[in-house]
Amino acid sequence: MAANTADREHRSTKTPALGLRLLLLAALSVILLVVDHRQNHLDAVRKAIGATVYPLRVIVDAPVSSWRWFRENTATRNELLLEMSRLNAERLLTHARLQRFTALESENARLRAMLDATGKVRDQVQVAEIMSVSANPFRHILVINKGSRDGVFNGQAMIDADGVVGQVIEAGLLSSNGVLISDPDHALPVEVNRNGLRTIAVGTGDFDRLELPFLPNNADIELGDLLVTSGLGGAFPPGYPVAIVDSVTRIPQGPFAEVTARPAARLNQVREIMLIWSAAKEDPADATVPAAEETASPEPEPTGGDN
Amino acid sequence: MNASRRLPVLICIIVALTLAIVPMPDWASPYRPDWAVLTLIYWSMSMPRTYSVGTAWITGIVLDVAHGTLLGQHALALAFVTYLTTKFHLQLRVFPMSQMTATVLALLAIYQFILFWINGVAGTYADAVAYWGPLISGTLLWPLVAHFFSGIRYRNTRTS
Repeated sequence: MAANTADREHRSTKTPALGLRLLLLAALSVILLVVDHRQNHLDAVRKAIGATVYPLRVIVDAPVSSWRWFRENTATRNELLLEMSRLNAERLLTHARLQRFTALESENARLRAMLDATGKVRDQVQVAEIMSVSANPFRHILVINKGSRDGVFNGQAMIDADGVVGQVIEAGLLSSNGVLISDPDHALPVEVNRNGLRTIAVGTGDFDRLELPFLPNNADIELGDLLVTSGLGGAFPPGYPVAIVDSVTRIPQGPFAEVTARPAARLNQVREIMLIWSAAKEDPADATVPAAEETASPEPEPTGGDN
Repeated sequence: MNASRRLPVLICIIVALTLAIVPMPDWASPYRPDWAVLTLIYWSMSMPRTYSVGTAWITGIVLDVAHGTLLGQHALALAFVTYLTTKFHLQLRVFPMSQMTATVLALLAIYQFILFWINGVAGTYADAVAYWGPLISGTLLWPLVAHFFSGIRYRNTRTS
């Protein structure tokens, strides 16, 4: 009762101040929105607030990670044996494939040397664990447990065992945010593995679908074509699988065909991703090769994603 | 007395923020309620002098960072919804539950509209279901949420 009367007393003096406060905060929000949308000046602010959100993420992740720990520690002998034999078989298979790969790699290096082109350098990778995937349907953001302390930088490519997952957009100190290739704002320069046709894969907000919006109706693209990174955007090293074309609709009256592709990486199922340190990026001589190819393509050079 | 009154509400807001980033199965995630809005509507309605636009704005900024959206987007939407709630808190308090739920539906719609509007200006588009999902689930959950919070509030005022 007492609180109620106190409220009524203060209401008349409080109401105008409230509107003023809202006005100030709204103005502040708009300034933040504009500055944040235009440039990256607010990275430091984001980092600072991100550090306060970090404990929340650890709390959210705790049940999942403790359940995994529990599962790993209580697995039966039988399960472990099965798992071991499965992994052994897988290892044999990959080894067999790798033998051929070594031969191919040396052949490739030899041919490149004959052509006087720069050799491809192997990329360095590091495994990072995913702490959370953003629930927001407009932004497909994931948080990984590696930050700038581990050498993560903005724009770094992230892959999983099957293909490209996304790229780092904010490298924090202990954790980093990455954007998935399925994010509606993300565009990724790709090429068709079969014939080298270059285009752009744009995210749709759906984990299972990418769009290729800039392909003319007569483009040589078929169901089942594998799309790999072309490396032209600068963010992703070339040659990593991105998606497999799963529908091609040619529209006779329109300028472009409707082509969609299914990402090769399982974007909503991964727990671990690999961060790539591409060694080829620092090599300035490498830039001459794609530049010569560029003239053949009418496509504009896209950025590797939004800021 | 003041600190012991504030602590439970602070915990409620932190829990709401945690629920906002907790992973959910694919089919359910479009229907994730906006826990932060529901929490702030309740507390700014029942304790408008302690919790109003300022608290909402700070919560919104943290939500922006957690979701990776533009800084200020959730902050602006939350501050505006909280402003409306604070302004009409005396009317809201005496509403029967059905009428209050309808008002909450309207407030949630305003919240989603501001988010939609900023997304549109910034050039981010998504399916319409992404805007309707939280609206439906939030409205359906409101009676439960209000009941839960009033339990906390009653215990709180009685002990202090």
